[in-house]
Order: sequence, then C-alpha cells, then structure tokens
Amino acid sequence: MNTRRIDRGLRRAHLALVPMALVALVCYLGATLWSLRISLSSSRSFPVSDFVGLAQYRRLFSNERWLHSLGNLATYGLLFVAACLVIGWLLAILIEREVRIGGALRLVFLYPYAMSFVATGLVWQWMLNPGLGIQEAVRRWGFSEFRFDWLVDQDHALYTIVIATVWQASGLVMTILLAGMRGIDADIWRAARIDAVPAWRLHLWVIAPMLAAPFATATLLLLTGVAKLYDAVVAMTQGGPGTASEVPTKFIMDHLFGRANIALASAGAAVLVLSALIVMMPLFYARARSNRRNA
Amino acid sequence: MSAQQLMRPSAPRRWYADPARLALLALLVSAALCFLLPLYVMSLTSFKSMEEIRNTSLFALPPQLSFAAWQAAWSSACTGVACEGISAGFWNSVLIVIPSTLIAVGLGALNGYALAFWRLRGAGSLFAVLMIGAFLPIQVMMLPLVRLLAPLHLVGTLTGIIIVHVIFSMPVMTLIFRNYYAALPRELFLAARLDGAGFLYAFLRLMLPMSLPMLAVAAIMQATGVWNDYLLGLVFAGREHLPMTVQLNNLVNTTTGTREYNVDMAATLLTALVPLLIYALAGRWFVRGIAAGSLKA
Amino acid sequence: MTTPYVRIDHVSKRYGDTVAVNNVSLDINKGEIFCLLGGSGCGKTTLLRMLAGFETPSSGALYIDGQNLADIPPYERPVNMMFQSYALFPHMSVEANISFGLEQERITRPEIKRRVAEILDIVKLGDYAKRKPHQLSGGQRQRVALARALVKRPKLLLLDEPLGALDRKLREHTQFELISIQEKLGVTFVVVTHDQEEAMTLASRVGVMNRGEIVQVGTPRDIYEFPATRFVADFIGSVNLFDGKLSEDEPEFVRVGCPQLPAPVYIDHGMSAPPGADCWVAIRPEKIELGRTAPAGPDNWAHGVVQGIAYLGDMSVYLIRLDSGREVRVTQANRTRKPEEQFKWDESVYLCWDAGSPVVGMG
Repeated sequence: MNTRRIDRGLRRAHLALVPMALVALVCYLGATLWSLRISLSSSRSFPVSDFVGLAQYRRLFSNERWLHSLGNLATYGLLFVAACLVIGWLLAILIEREVRIGGALRLVFLYPYAMSFVATGLVWQWMLNPGLGIQEAVRRWGFSEFRFDWLVDQDHALYTIVIATVWQASGLVMTILLAGMRGIDADIWRAARIDAVPAWRLHLWVIAPMLAAPFATATLLLLTGVAKLYDAVVAMTQGGPGTASEVPTKFIMDHLFGRANIALASAGAAVLVLSALIVMMPLFYARARSNRRNA
Repeated sequence: MSAQQLMRPSAPRRWYADPARLALLALLVSAALCFLLPLYVMSLTSFKSMEEIRNTSLFALPPQLSFAAWQAAWSSACTGVACEGISAGFWNSVLIVIPSTLIAVGLGALNGYALAFWRLRGAGSLFAVLMIGAFLPIQVMMLPLVRLLAPLHLVGTLTGIIIVHVIFSMPVMTLIFRNYYAALPRELFLAARLDGAGFLYAFLRLMLPMSLPMLAVAAIMQATGVWNDYLLGLVFAGREHLPMTVQLNNLVNTTTGTREYNVDMAATLLTALVPLLIYALAGRWFVRGIAAGSLKA
Repeated sequence: MTTPYVRIDHVSKRYGDTVAVNNVSLDINKGEIFCLLGGSGCGKTTLLRMLAGFETPSSGALYIDGQNLADIPPYERPVNMMFQSYALFPHMSVEANISFGLEQERITRPEIKRRVAEILDIVKLGDYAKRKPHQLSGGQRQRVALARALVKRPKLLLLDEPLGALDRKLREHTQFELISIQEKLGVTFVVVTHDQEEAMTLASRVGVMNRGEIVQVGTPRDIYEFPATRFVADFIGSVNLFDGKLSEDEPEFVRVGCPQLPAPVYIDHGMSAPPGADCWVAIRPEKIELGRTAPAGPDNWAHGVVQGIAYLGDMSVYLIRLDSGREVRVTQANRTRKPEEQFKWDESVYLCWDAGSPVVGMG
C-alpha cells in the first residue's frame, strides 16, 4: 500500500501564502463583515453588540448631509470619469500621431499622477483662490468683470475638485490607451491610409471600439478613484463651503472619529461598498470576457 | 493619388507647411502648457514674498528669488501643535516608505511566484477575495483594523503604519508579480524542479533574479504610493510618526491668522519633490508599471 | 529474461472524457535508447510527462529499476529531462546552469567543480563554461541542456523532441554525438519525437503510438521492413499500399489478388488467415525495379507510364501511373550516369519486385 509522500515544496508553498490568506480573510473579508455587523447595532463611540436591524440605514437615508454627499459623489463621478476618458483619449491620439514630440511630452501629461491627492488639492486650491489666484490674475489683464470664484461658490465648489482630479488622472488614462493603441496591428493603420479614411473617422469608428479592453480598465481604475475620493476634498475644500462638496467617505470618516457614531458610519460604509460593487461588477465581467476571448 | 503614391511611406513634410499638422502640434503644446501650469505657479509662488503675492498677478515672475518661504516651510512653519516645519514629516515618510516598500514588494513577489507556479487548492478563490477587496474604499476596513491592531499596541507606531501599508498594497503587488511570472516559460521552473530545487530555492536562485525589472517597477509604484498616502498615515501613524502629506495638510489648512501662501506652496513642493524626482529619474519604468499592472488584471 | 529497467504497466491517462493514453504497457531495457514515435496528439508527450512526474496516471503503474514511482514527486525520481526549448536559466553562466542541481545535494565545492568540468568535457563545451546562454549557438545550448540533465547521472533521461530546433546538417551531426554520449555514460534514454528520421537514427528500439495506444514496438528495421499495421506502414517512410484479397495461404507462401495490380502478389512467408480474407499489401518504393521489358514470372509485376520524375542527386523518384489508373512511387539509386538507365516522361515501363519485398497484413 503506497503511503502518500507529501511534496515538501508544496507544503512550503502553502506556508508562504499564509500572510496572503491572513490579509485576505481577516483584514479584507473579516473587517468588511465586522463593519457590516456594527452597522446593524447602535454603537456610538464604542462597539455595542445589540441588534437594531436596519435602523441605522433608515437614519442614514434621512440624513441631509449623507444624501447630499451621495448626490455630490454621483455628479462628481460622472463628470470625472467622462472628462478623464475624453481628455486621456484625445491626448493619446495626439501623441500617437506626433511620435517624436509626443514622446517627449508624454511625461508632461503623466507627472501629475506622481503627485499626492493632498498636493494636488492644495495647488489647485491656491490657483482657484478668488482673491489671489486665476480670477485676480485675469482681472489684472484687464478683464475686470472676470469671475472664477467657484472655490467659494456653493453651486460650483464641486467642479473645482473635478478640475483638480481630472488634471491628475488624465495622464493615467492616456498611458493606458496609448499602450492599447501600440498593441493594435500596424496593418490597420496602413489599410486606413490606403483607403484614404480620414483620421477622426478612423479613431472614432475603428480604433476606439478595438480599445474596449483598455477603456474598461481605465474606467475601472477611475471608478475606484471616485469611490475612494477623500484626500483631495479634505485638502481642497474640506467639504465646503457648507456641505457643497461633501462626499460619502468624508461623512463616514467624520462620524467614525469626530462625531463618534460608528454604527452610522459603518452603515454609510456598507452602502458605499454595495454601490461600488454594483457599478464595477459589469465592468469586471466585461473585461474578463474580453480577456478570455483574446487568450 | 495613384495607388503607388499611397503605398510609399509618407515623406516627412515640413511641419510648418502642413496646416493640419500645425493645428495638431499647437493643440498638443497648449495642452502640455495647461498641464504644466500648476507646477509653474507652485514654483513661482514659493519664491515670492507675501507682499509680492498680494500685489502681483499669479503668473508674474518674482522680481527676485527669495528662499525664505522654503526655509520656513522646512524648519519653522506650524503643523498643528509643533512649529518645527515639515522636515520632521520628511524623515517620518522616509522611515515609513523604505520598509513598507521592501516588505510589500518582497511579499508580492513571493505570493505571485507561489500562485503562478504551484497549483494550490483554494489559492484562486483567496486571490479573488484579495482582488475584490482592493477596489473597496478603505473606510470600510478602517475601524475593524484599528480594533485589531489596538490590543497589539500597534496603532500609532511605526511598525503599525508599515504593517497597514503592506496590507493594503498586497493585492496590486501580488497581481503584477503573478501576471509577470505567469508569462515566463513554465519549463524553466520544471527544469529547476527536476534538478531538485525546492520551493524557496527555486524562488531565490531562479525566479527572483529573473524578475529584476519587475522588482524595480513594483518598488517605484509602491514607494510613490506610500509616500503620497494621506488617510492611512492620518489614522495609523500616531503623532510622532506623521508622514509628510499629513503634516502638509495640517500646515496649510489649519493655520490660524494670516495664511502664508508662499510657505504653503514651498511646503507642497517639498512634499511632492520625492515622488516627482523618482518619476523624473525612473519615469519610463513608472509608465511600464502602470500599463503592466492595470492592463492585465 | 532480465527484468526490464523501465516498466510501464497498463498505464492510462484520462482528462475528463478524453483518453490521452490508453492502457499502454512497455518494457524498456537498461542502457537502450527507446523512442516514442507518433504524430501530434498520439499521447507520447503525456506518457513522457508521467514518467517525469508532472502528471499522475489515471490507472496503471510506472517502475524504474524495480521502484514504483507512484506518488514520488519529480525531483525525487532518478529521472531528468531535456526540454525541447532547452529551458536554460538565462541569468546564469553555463557552469552555474549545470551546477544548479548539484548544489542541492551535500557535495563539496571542489567536487562540484570537478563534476561540472567532467560533463562539459563529455559534451565538448569545456571552453564555454563562463558564457551565458544568449552567447551560445542553438547547438551549443542544446549541449548545455544535455550536460545539465546528465550531471546528476540519472537512471533515466527523457528527451522531448531533442533535434527539432536544429537545422539539417547540425541535426545529423548531433544525432551521432547523442548516441556516442549515451554509450559512454550508459544512461537509459527515452526520446519522444514526431520525426521518423530522428527516431530511426537515434533509437535502438522504437514504439509507434497512435491515438494513445502503442501500435508496434521493435527495432527501426523491424518497424520499417515489417510494419504490423497499415497505420505503421503508412506512417514510416513512404510506401505503396494496395488493398487485396487473400487467394492462397500456405505455410511457405501467400498469394494476394489486388484489383489495382494486373498480377497477383506472391509473398514468400505464410500468414494464418482464411482464404478470401481482406488484407493489405505494402511495397516500399526502393524495392521496386523498373525495366523496359516484361518480366518473366506470373506474379509480382505491373505495367505503367512514367508521370513524374524527381531527381534528388543520389537517387531519383519516379511517379508511375499503372494501367489500372493507380499511381505508384518508385525510387532508384542513380548508380551510373548512363543515359539508358534513366527513364523519361511518358515512357512505358514495367515494374517488378521479388517475393521477399512486400509485406501483407490485416490490421
């Protein structure tokens, strides 16, 4: 009878993956579930193990600030993703066509990505300062009626965050799309040239559809950034003026620490996670399908 | 145009003679200028005195270069309670970045190697959990993590913040290494196994040396990411170890009295200097890292 | 009878519904070069992987020198493998590549150096010890791979298409070198290939595989001259195959009537089968003689017209269309330069062969 001789290497491989297992199960899965559990209790400053059902969620959705933050996030998300995709795409096209100059300029468009969200927020906070920033500079040029005080304007504060983060992330989209374009068969470009297809047509109807996978990747990454938006808001507007640029992550953080209502905060976190998953699942799926098709 | 003319590779026409090309170049250059604007403004402002800032336009060059703001930002500006400038934060960030980069990259390579070459039951699903977790907002895991690390006396310590950074960077690190190793010919691994190499030996003598470029890329991504982090540093680093980004925000947004914009900008530049430098020196690999890591999840 | 050195005992391998290896049993003797020959998908590579330990058999057992290999992981088997792509470690020198396996065991440094130098000498790469793989030619890389596989003196060496990546001239040269190295070291080789020339030159015995099964085992000569089945006859070399019916079956001879041949085929050995049974006859092209006059006997001849000629220097290949419409391939060594000996297009010729040449079979 053969006793099974255990492969020593396999055993060591299992051992090596223990940290990963711990992190995945305890830190990711465990923490998320624990957070969920707290959201079903009435914990305030400390966790309490009672069970109040969906009470916290009801409170959440009758909270003005929370609802406002959700709306802000939706608006921000739409504008941010759309702007990044379009600008990144246009930049990629321009650089692809002008290989020499474009190559040198590529780093120029990507350097903002190397800066932290905090630095980004602070720089743009400074530039959009009504009294001393762009508005003032343009006025000094003679346009005395020029207004660009969005930073302190309740209705427009959110857009300033869009501007700052789009500046930071477009380079990333450009890089991803460029890499995708480089992967396209060179013969397609030549065929277009022989067929005398105008460039804008080629890019819109032929190339862009072929870039579905990089576009999906870029969108996925951008959406991750949207869900996690925090640093830039704190640095740039602190959620203000008032709650004009409040976002869910800030709401959660404030309630976790400052306002000492961890159950409410956890409920908010759960809602955020759920919406993130809902939005990203189809993209995940689309990418997996396209990967399988290309494999 | 005859077919022959179409077939010939287009002869380089003078750029100033071709209106379409001229327009494109103009577009490209103006876009580049727009992107460079903040950097330009930041630098300018940091060299002006407060008088000059109030009296001249944002875009005007400083009449003379003054380093006073830089000095203040580094050693005397107030970051919350202490007024010792942002230099403390600089060293804290260095102490945080170096170990977390080394550990995270090492673990990522080990995990990627184990996942790519060894068929382990359950590893696939574990990896999937890790990956999904990577896309979730940190706030979900913030409190439980604090509760987990508190009894271990790790909250507010250097070790604690390093561990937290390793935890949150594990998905991306593991992913890029797994993809890299999966693309290598499997026969190299099999040959090493047949020669008697065990798990660790094959990793240290064969796979790790072969992945030097990827190690560089991962290190760049990780170092930049950790340096630029704000939230984790805020919650887990503790007052003695606050990273530069947190101190920067304190410096700028929590001052009482008049704001010194030149000091603010100098401090921002100082904080952004390290990643920008890494980017300037190793930009090519930085780009490669982004493309590689994100394209093949 | 000595116990075989390597024994494959009723081994099968199934992947879901597909059967890659179907109940294969083989005995391989110590010190021989055994070749598994077959087209793609025939199961030879799967069998090789099972010997190496990269796959486990679904049923059956494998033995080397009496030891059952079940559950023994690859690196604990007395087996090593030379991969088709050579799989050399790119960042290590030739020396380091070879000593890699030795460093696992508790051998002193000087001893390792000695063994590496020894094997490099055998494969004639002594001067290249410090080079890296990318600085070597294809043939040299192969020798490094061979040296690395042999330095631990395995009992069995598995080779996966060893000559596939080499060009023609190099291939011939390497074939003989491989044989001489093997003889010197006395290691048992199992070679997997789809190239018959490789198999015929290298192997002391060949196992022909088709669809996961062993179809015939024998020396190259046996396989070529006495194919057991129609498949083997067709697979090895070129052959003329005719369908026919057995008309006479005696202990010393057999007569087969083939509709595509004008005369019956007379073969000088017996076969046990009922008269009237369906069978096939195989005649190799080099065994057929061409002539301008009708042959004497009543059997073993045909008549046709030359349709194509390929002059290959050392021999010529003739494509003859028989009167029955069937095309037949005949090769003839160009032994003289006399023009009368060559045949021309559209020339009418007679074909004949002697009684020992054809092979008759039923499978």
